[in-house]
Amino acid sequence: MAEVKMFGAWGSPFSKRVEMGLKLKGVEYEYIEEDLNNKSSLLLNYNPVHKKVPVLVHNGKPIAESLIILEYIDEAWEGPDILPKDPYERANARFWAKFIDEKCMPPMWKACWSIGEERAKAKEEASEALKFLENEINGQKFFGGDTIGLVDIAANFIGYWFRIAEEIVGLELMTQDKYPNLCKWAEEYCKCSFVKENLPPKDKLADIFKGIIQAQSAPK
Amino acid sequence: MADELVLLDCLVSMFGMRVRIALAEKGIKYEYREEDLDNKSTLLLETNPVHKKVPVLIHNGKPICESRIIVEYIDEVWKDKSPLMPSDPYQRAQARFWADFVDKKVFDAGRRIWRTKGEELEAAKKDLIDALEILEGELGDKPYFNGDTFGFSDLAFITFYSWFHTYEMCANFSIEKHCPKLIKWAKRCMERESVSKSLVDPITVYEEILMLKKKYGY
Repeated sequence: MAEVKMFGAWGSPFSKRVEMGLKLKGVEYEYIEEDLNNKSSLLLNYNPVHKKVPVLVHNGKPIAESLIILEYIDEAWEGPDILPKDPYERANARFWAKFIDEKCMPPMWKACWSIGEERAKAKEEASEALKFLENEINGQKFFGGDTIGLVDIAANFIGYWFRIAEEIVGLELMTQDKYPNLCKWAEEYCKCSFVKENLPPKDKLADIFKGIIQAQSAPK
Repeated sequence: MADELVLLDCLVSMFGMRVRIALAEKGIKYEYREEDLDNKSTLLLETNPVHKKVPVLIHNGKPICESRIIVEYIDEVWKDKSPLMPSDPYQRAQARFWADFVDKKVFDAGRRIWRTKGEELEAAKKDLIDALEILEGELGDKPYFNGDTFGFSDLAFITFYSWFHTYEMCANFSIEKHCPKLIKWAKRCMERESVSKSLVDPITVYEEILMLKKKYGY
């Protein structure tokens, strides 16, 4: 039995966050792909509270929730820091990672898949949220400074998933003129060989997104 | 140079209470400033421009926001006194998990309980009971969520004890009936001075909520 196991889903940004963390530390792990429409009893046993991926299992002990897993990885293994060492900077990193999860991702995702007034409202909410990130990244290569850190890992959806979805649905939210810093960050981020290895293939994701559109417009 | 600490807070906030407990556990002196959430101070808006919420801890001029993040910050800076987080990484992950669960499941359902009526209220009540029963299960026969000693996960949840009476009155049920172990645990935590001094009287919370319900027509 592998000492480190990870339950994930290939298309999930949350799942990929954990893989990035493990790879950053050079941790060998067994990856188990979950069918989210037919979750394994093993997953449900390891995460009975939320029944979600990702779950990291280390020496038989499960940890759930991607940001919590990332902090665990940072503490359990040697290697490049995921969080800074200074307490104030750590608080700052945690703050922005939480902000991404709670204030950016939900309206960004909603804006992609809704129409009319609902889309306009979600787009407005997402725009406001992204403005804060735009200011935060200002002048830096990554949110973590010169190297990728917790916030960069947490922002994988913004840097990659969203850009693909946005193009397919014709949303025009994270535009170059409104968010030059964020767009520059996204470009650097996705060029980074380490990140590139931990992203799902663009065409596979695009197929999924196109599928969502088709399902929405299918006659009921 | 002495540390300068200012806490921007709101008396009945269960999130603010977390920070008060943490500061009391560490024996840290600070200046408490009550915020009127209908008329937020310039300082609050400047130090927490993103969320414009309490609590905010300002340490030597530098603000930290979000209660769980503030408590971990306090624990890391004043690390030699009364540690709140366990030292083992797995136990730390568990502590963070349950604090996160409280915020996602207990807070949300609780908030809906005092802000809704009819079917929505009943749904909120069910969600709250479900969440509390999960916590009851997690606590089991341990004296504390943290194990043998009071810790981060206890601190994160105990502040909601101030709000139990409000939830019970608004949704007409007894938490003790569903979760007797939680009530025993809460009373055990209340024996701790940092907790009893930081938690607000449940009647005060309820009166505040009744006033808000009247004001906003909930």
